[in-house]
Amino acid sequence: MVLTVDAPPATGARPLPPRRASVLRRAAPLWLGLPAVIVVIVTQGYPLVTQIIMSFQEFGLAQQFGQPAEWIGLDNYTRVMTDPVFWGVMVRSVVFGAVVAGLTMVIGVLAALLMTKLPTVIRVALQVSMLLAWAMPHLSSLTVWQWLFNTRNGVVNTVLVALGFEQFRGYAWLLDPASFFVIAGAVVIWGSVPLVMFMVYASVTQVDESIMEAAQLDGAGPFRRFFSVTMPIIAPVLFLVGMLQIIWDLRVFTQISVLQDAGGVTSDTNVLGTYIYQIGLGQGDYGQGSAIAMIMLVLTLVLTAGYVRQLLKNANQS
Amino acid sequence: MTTTSAPPKTVAVVTRGGTTEPRRRRSRRSTSVFAVIGVALALVWVFPIYWMLNSSLQTDEQLYGSGLTLFPTDLFTGNFERVIADQSFWRAMGMSATVTALAVVVAVLTAIAAAAAVSRFRFRSRGAVILVILVIQMIPAEAMFISQYRMMDSWDLINSALGLALLYAGHSIPITIWMLKGFIDGVPYELEEAGQVDGLSRFGAFRHITLPLLAPGLVASSIFAFLSSWNEYTLALVIMKDNAFATLPLWLRRFNVSYEATDWGGIMAGSALIAIPVIIVFLIVQGRMATGLVGGAVKG
Repeated sequence: MVLTVDAPPATGARPLPPRRASVLRRAAPLWLGLPAVIVVIVTQGYPLVTQIIMSFQEFGLAQQFGQPAEWIGLDNYTRVMTDPVFWGVMVRSVVFGAVVAGLTMVIGVLAALLMTKLPTVIRVALQVSMLLAWAMPHLSSLTVWQWLFNTRNGVVNTVLVALGFEQFRGYAWLLDPASFFVIAGAVVIWGSVPLVMFMVYASVTQVDESIMEAAQLDGAGPFRRFFSVTMPIIAPVLFLVGMLQIIWDLRVFTQISVLQDAGGVTSDTNVLGTYIYQIGLGQGDYGQGSAIAMIMLVLTLVLTAGYVRQLLKNANQS
Repeated sequence: MTTTSAPPKTVAVVTRGGTTEPRRRRSRRSTSVFAVIGVALALVWVFPIYWMLNSSLQTDEQLYGSGLTLFPTDLFTGNFERVIADQSFWRAMGMSATVTALAVVVAVLTAIAAAAAVSRFRFRSRGAVILVILVIQMIPAEAMFISQYRMMDSWDLINSALGLALLYAGHSIPITIWMLKGFIDGVPYELEEAGQVDGLSRFGAFRHITLPLLAPGLVASSIFAFLSSWNEYTLALVIMKDNAFATLPLWLRRFNVSYEATDWGGIMAGSALIAIPVIIVFLIVQGRMATGLVGGAVKG
């Protein structure tokens, strides 16, 4: 450290550190990032580009066995857009995503606020149980939830019958699309609330205690304090988490696909992800599958546009 | 509270002096209401996990009998023994371990170099690079698996651990760069400069000064990449078409289908065996993971 003071270049550079640094630092960045860039381009960028191309081509089974793919312009898109089945899937996905993301956010934020009011022992118990749920691998939790709602021996049906709801004796939850989505939604919400709760709790605890007290002394009630003091401070985190939930729930695949295999009626329970899988890899129509995938991608980008614009603004400022 | 219309300051004083007693009583009652809700919430969230363990330790008579067995009084281990004796379980375990290890090594090694570049070097398109990282993160995997399948097929990497690991690595790299960048930003560059003045090369300075300080970040981001690869289902389903190459999540699905009548005791034991190591790892690093994610998010 003493050496830095003695070294002439360092002292000379003191008034202009950024410029000197930028000259010094410009030498190597490109090749350092290269391996990462190559892997990402090969595994993400290239497939994305070929998928965009395929969505404008006739690309069925014949093309997979070597026949050249023919350009057909927007035909795949018009075929998809005029198909009532697609719109059914679309509406189902959007409603499912909105309801599940909304419930996840409400429960997660309320749980985070609740945590600030809890005695230590109960708070730790809640944190541990949320953490366990967060850590559960999707497939493990999916099989457990199937067992909970099992037709003959599931704990849910047994308890409901014991409470006097006779209609649940031997009720097959997965067969009826409505109750199918109740289970799918419950699994997803159960798995995503912990992340929301922990992130919101982390930012709520950063709200300065003295500001809260001042607001209270000024006569602000609990709701007023929440919306006028807490809310503006935690808003960026809420925005980020909420957006992630919407994207994740809109593209839900694993939960729906596994529950379909376990007894759901595929045609009544398809969401965008499983529909792409069925049309593309199941029926071998890569062209139409790709077109649906692109529609899904555009939908995601539209939803995230606001966030990206915000980031761009921040990036330009720094 | 009080309905005085006096200036705020006075109200505050009056409130403090005058209404201490009722307010304390009220807050005590609301505290116990909160406590009850908190306990209920904790129980609801832990119940499925408890039920998995409980069911995995029961005999078929208990599982399929008329009543519910609320506690695993017998501690029946037959379900676990059956799973552990199952060769396909160990094959899937080996496949998952290979794929995950490959994916984590590729992702972390390439990401740390890229994160150093983004964090340490100022170049004009730096903001754009960060943006690209985020946008890639937003692209749903479900929007690309058709062409990823086709690409892997043309390279003969279907049913291949390497193929799946590459896809996992490519998916983890952006978020890993993002997390590591946050950690590297936290190590002052002046430390490295001091090292260079003392005669270290630039790489040497990074290697001997910054890298050791990054250990927590490396652990956190490796664990993150580990978890997302270990638990992944969609791409595994697409790439590992043959049962012989199933990863653990796929094995759990096929375990369900391959038996004549669903063997719930065995499935619960299998689910538990897959979940327990993940939960342990998760509990060890949970604090760091949350800070890593939030750190990257806040600092941009």
